[in-house]
Amino acid sequence: MSTSETRPPALLTTSGLVFLGVLGAAVVLVPALNLLTAPDSALHVPTYVVSLLGKYLTYALLALSVDLIWGYVGILSLGHGAFFALGGYAMGMYLMRQIGPRGVYGDPVLPDFMVFLNWKELPWFWYGFDLFPFAALMVLLAPGILALVFGWFAFRSRVTGVYLSIITQAMTFALLLAFFRNDMGFGGNNGLTDFKDILGFNIQADGTRVVLFVLSAVALGLGYVLCRFLVRSHFGKVLVAIRDAETRVRFTGYRAENYKLVAFVVSAMLAGIAGALYVPQVGIINPSEFSPANSIEIIVWVAVGGRGTLVGAALGAVLVNYAKTYFTSGLLAPYWLFMLGGLFVAVTLFLPKGIVGTFYDWRARRRASDDIPGAEPAAAPKPAE
Amino acid sequence: MLNLFTQARRAAGRAAVGAATLALAAASVPAHAQETIKVGVLHSLSGTMAISETTLKDTVLFMVQEQNAKGGVLGKKLEAVVVDPASNWPLFAEKARELIEKEKVAVVFGCWTSVSRKSVLPVFKELNSILFYPVQYEGEESERNVFYTGAAPNQQAIPAVDYLMENEGVKRWVLAGTDYVYPRTTNKILEAYLKSKGVAAEDIMINYTPFGHSDWQTIVADIKKFGSAGKKTAVVSTINGDANVPFYKELGNQGIKATDIPVVAFSVGEEELAGIDTKPLVGHLAAWNYFQSVDTPENEEFIKKWRGYIKNDKRVTNDPMEATVIGFEMWVKAVEKAGTTEPDKVIPALIGVSVPNLSGGFSTMMPNHHITKPVLIGEIKDDGQFDIVEQTPGLIVAEEWSPYLEGSKDLIADWRSPLNCGNFNVKTGKCGGAGQ
Amino acid sequence: MLLALAVLSAAALSAAALAGRAEAQDVGGALAQLATNKYDDTEAALSVLALSGDPAAVGIVSALAEGRLVFGGTPPRVFIQGEGGALLDPLTRQPVADAPAVKPVRVNNRVRRAIEAASGALSLVSPDPAKRLEAAQAVGRSRDVAALPALDAVLAKETDPKVKSALALARASIVIGQAGVSEADRIAAIEVVGAQGNQDALALLRSVPADASPAVKDAAAAAIAGIERNLALWGAAQNVWYGLSLGSVLLLAAIGLAITFGVMGVINMAHGEMVMLGAYTTFVVQELIRTHNPGLFDWSLIIAIPLAFLFTGLIGVIIERTVIRFLYGRALETLLATWGISLILQQAIRTLFGPTNREVGAPSWMSGSFEIGQLSITYGRLWIIVFALLVFVALLAVLRLTRIGLEMRAVTQNRRMAASMGIRTNWVDAMTFGLGSGIAGMAGVALSQIDNVSPNLGQSYIIDSFLVVVFGGVGNLWGTLVGAMSLGVANKLLEPYAGAVLGKIALLVIVILFIQKRPRGLFALKGRSIEA
Repeated sequence: MSTSETRPPALLTTSGLVFLGVLGAAVVLVPALNLLTAPDSALHVPTYVVSLLGKYLTYALLALSVDLIWGYVGILSLGHGAFFALGGYAMGMYLMRQIGPRGVYGDPVLPDFMVFLNWKELPWFWYGFDLFPFAALMVLLAPGILALVFGWFAFRSRVTGVYLSIITQAMTFALLLAFFRNDMGFGGNNGLTDFKDILGFNIQADGTRVVLFVLSAVALGLGYVLCRFLVRSHFGKVLVAIRDAETRVRFTGYRAENYKLVAFVVSAMLAGIAGALYVPQVGIINPSEFSPANSIEIIVWVAVGGRGTLVGAALGAVLVNYAKTYFTSGLLAPYWLFMLGGLFVAVTLFLPKGIVGTFYDWRARRRASDDIPGAEPAAAPKPAE
Repeated sequence: MLNLFTQARRAAGRAAVGAATLALAAASVPAHAQETIKVGVLHSLSGTMAISETTLKDTVLFMVQEQNAKGGVLGKKLEAVVVDPASNWPLFAEKARELIEKEKVAVVFGCWTSVSRKSVLPVFKELNSILFYPVQYEGEESERNVFYTGAAPNQQAIPAVDYLMENEGVKRWVLAGTDYVYPRTTNKILEAYLKSKGVAAEDIMINYTPFGHSDWQTIVADIKKFGSAGKKTAVVSTINGDANVPFYKELGNQGIKATDIPVVAFSVGEEELAGIDTKPLVGHLAAWNYFQSVDTPENEEFIKKWRGYIKNDKRVTNDPMEATVIGFEMWVKAVEKAGTTEPDKVIPALIGVSVPNLSGGFSTMMPNHHITKPVLIGEIKDDGQFDIVEQTPGLIVAEEWSPYLEGSKDLIADWRSPLNCGNFNVKTGKCGGAGQ
Repeated sequence: MLLALAVLSAAALSAAALAGRAEAQDVGGALAQLATNKYDDTEAALSVLALSGDPAAVGIVSALAEGRLVFGGTPPRVFIQGEGGALLDPLTRQPVADAPAVKPVRVNNRVRRAIEAASGALSLVSPDPAKRLEAAQAVGRSRDVAALPALDAVLAKETDPKVKSALALARASIVIGQAGVSEADRIAAIEVVGAQGNQDALALLRSVPADASPAVKDAAAAAIAGIERNLALWGAAQNVWYGLSLGSVLLLAAIGLAITFGVMGVINMAHGEMVMLGAYTTFVVQELIRTHNPGLFDWSLIIAIPLAFLFTGLIGVIIERTVIRFLYGRALETLLATWGISLILQQAIRTLFGPTNREVGAPSWMSGSFEIGQLSITYGRLWIIVFALLVFVALLAVLRLTRIGLEMRAVTQNRRMAASMGIRTNWVDAMTFGLGSGIAGMAGVALSQIDNVSPNLGQSYIIDSFLVVVFGGVGNLWGTLVGAMSLGVANKLLEPYAGAVLGKIALLVIVILFIQKRPRGLFALKGRSIEA
């Protein structure tokens, strides 16, 4: 690579600054255009767009968490949707408890679905979720602990490559089946829905939606900075080394499994936060979030944006989801799967490094020819994995 | 210096792209709102539910075309806005919001699964629009903004069980369902109902399977075993769409005939049977409020027009289609009565609206936002159609809150003034469920 | 009750030929009742017909069963619809001159049971022993006390040993739970019923009255205990059989993937769609046969198998040539591309064939079941197991014994070396992917017999398929076989205890834990490299 190896790269690179800049602009502009303009003004951003953008941002954070372990550690998790969903369920349970006696049956404690299944008392695992700090803690702990246990077993046994991918998929599939069961006490297929308010604010008010959007943007920004911080530190260097040659890292005396475990748990927690922010904005959490297809889709976002670039992951998530929103309405609605499928094929064939990765390559080539020093090394993942 | 400048320029470029994206999404002022009335269609066209919901999308488009041929509504043409929520529940909420907020539709016809309805409910309440929900469901709900044109459990399940008890002398019951809210609730209601009719607990077997369950060997063998105890046994099936085909194939393979252990299903209609060879299934039953084989001139004409529209003279019709048709006609009538598409005017106008159904009677929208329906029991024939063996003499009013469930036995819904309540507790005299 | 009457009448008939005149009037009345087309009347008419012994009765009952009994005209009359739709008089079987517009007499489950009983009763004296056997079984199933005297009468005359034992069993089934039977008689009945050793016998033995003598009760208890032990053993065997048949489905679904993923290293997310295409090929073949040559229907699956193989194989080759070949060495990117392809294929099928299920019928040799001891085996499942094993063996033979198989193994083991030996690696890649896809297509033909033929068919198998291949060990066909069978059997052994859902969850957890123990699956490929 180039000169960057002599001094540590900056925490925020050009593209990182641009990324945070766009996020910052969105944080200021979107709420302003939503709240301060007249509804019929050409500049007005309707609330549904605010929620939509907020949802994209939580997806972006989720993609970021996947990129951290896939792009930098080489762990292809086909079950990351599970961590996202667990975070979402933790938040959903808090929101359910906030409904209180306003449910259709008016039971002060039990959520509606428990009343009509004739449950008499709250299951133990619902205790504490009426308190926001506890729920917030669980948003981190539920995915975190699952990742810790799962990762501890898997990395210690040196399960790698496709084997690891398939058992992560089995994990999320098992959770999917479990959460579908009504006897589990999580609302079965209907999941958790019909939320009323969050921390005392009406969840459907424009103001609340804007605040949630801003929070999602801030979480994405902080998540990005955290990931950058991790990957440029010594810790991050070891991670990349594990990605590229795990055995050599072991022979050098590093406990590779511990490094992987930390990255995996951090990533799961980020996914959990994304889920927690997602649920109040879309208004429902249901077991289908655990479905393996959802987890595969996250991988697709990251690949489209550019694996191992962080910014690319976020960009990919937003672009693919925008494409989905756009294609699923109007005349194209019956054909949108052709578009989406074609997009994935085209990206893998023509932009193997994703949009951002390709852009980096192009920039590096141009700089090399211009002979401008200080070019950012394109974090090219090892192709075969 | 140069470097910094180019960076800033690129940053500005990026920001501009971002803003353009936003603006694109924001530019949603409806240009044609004056000339047409928009009708939203919210049915999955891809994913697992496309199998059932695509037909309903076509039905709404067909009705819109028919209505426009009659001159539209209030002198304006109707315009259908189709979106694809792709069997993804959060996407249902997103698309509902898009239809109401961006497309400014006057009414939405949509949803199939309960979870999709639950997902869009808050959206319809918040934005005060109208949803017509055309599928039989578990009840336990009545919302101001939703009109339920499918059957509640008492309009389907209970008459079917009565038929089996009286006509087939069934004494032992297998309640088999997919593990989600509709079978759970229906089976709870049926269990309570059967016990009230003196069926002993050991004569009821309840079984739940996951969505899309495809290996039925063990369960069908269990049913066979349960049915060999000397008492006449029947299966009440609330098995969901996809899992039915392998279930019936296994029944046929293991030689369970309708004369031995009849299966009565609440989610199997003409569309589902179109995918099965029905010869081994002759005599198994289904309970609906409409069958394609209903012998009335209205139905004959409807089928003819529908097949002309869809350009396929083998295309079947089914119960949720009829429910969609009834809902559509009710909405048209109510809009004409109210003289506007304003939801606040149309919602009260809808109550009491009565339109002809396809089985020769009239269905009326009741104050609980559910409609009156006849109940038909049909036996599967070898051509994939149903032979109607029983029809309730009158129309049945929906019990949106089941009297057989602990939590809801004191609740009623009445959306007329002065009550205006979807969950009024007759014991406490208060709106809002069991709240003290 | 109806049955009892019928049996009585039949017995009476066999004892003495009755004068036909009075019955003819009865039959006339029954025909009038049939013409009302009401279930109650039809049922009543059937009991009269069964009693009448009129030679025309058998024809009328069987016409009703086959939907050829029609009614029409004013006042309504009944006719039998003969070959070519001509209306015949039900009694004389002569063509009717002034044929009115007619509709078939309706039949429901209750009537169908009455038909079964009536035709059973009418054939208890049939010259055909097979029909007498059926009739005896029908009487046994009814457990109708009133049938007892008639049964005794027929039993005394019966010569065919099979029919005789069936009649004896029918008699015992009735006697066993009846009040006022002598002790010896009841114990004899317990012996006869107990010898059956099946679920029905168990139910009968439990119906021994509570006030029976201790000796009777002991005999019944002993018989019950014996049957229960026996059934528990058979039950376990039955579960293993279910497991094997589930395993064979998993094997079929996974075996193509064992080639494209296991051998070639392509994470082929479109594998399920290849299975789906195979199922749709079957559908198209059956449609063509139905419209052009219905007689060939029983051969439809046999015809569909090679066509499905060729068609999906061709699609596989096209996918390989246009997409996959640019991605060798980038396994994870094949995941993305094939995921995209799977979306496109699903939507293409949805656009072409519509989103609803398509009907794929079962040929006659795949329907029904037979019993070995207390083991019930359905033909459909049996053939699927046979087919899965045949495909497995054939695939193994292709890889081991043919030149292309050798080349495939060479290319996947060391591409460059193979190329330097003069193997056209491009061509071999395309053939290998085509082979894997073609096998998936053949699996689709089999799966069309037990599952939905819908655009979503493939998705329901993809996760299980990957699990099987990984569990068995990537790159090892034997691993796939053992993996599929053990997952199938484990699933079916867990199901009775844990239920379908928890059983499946438990199985997934077991697989996850198993992979910790053997990170390269059941049959890990031995190799010198420390990293795959």
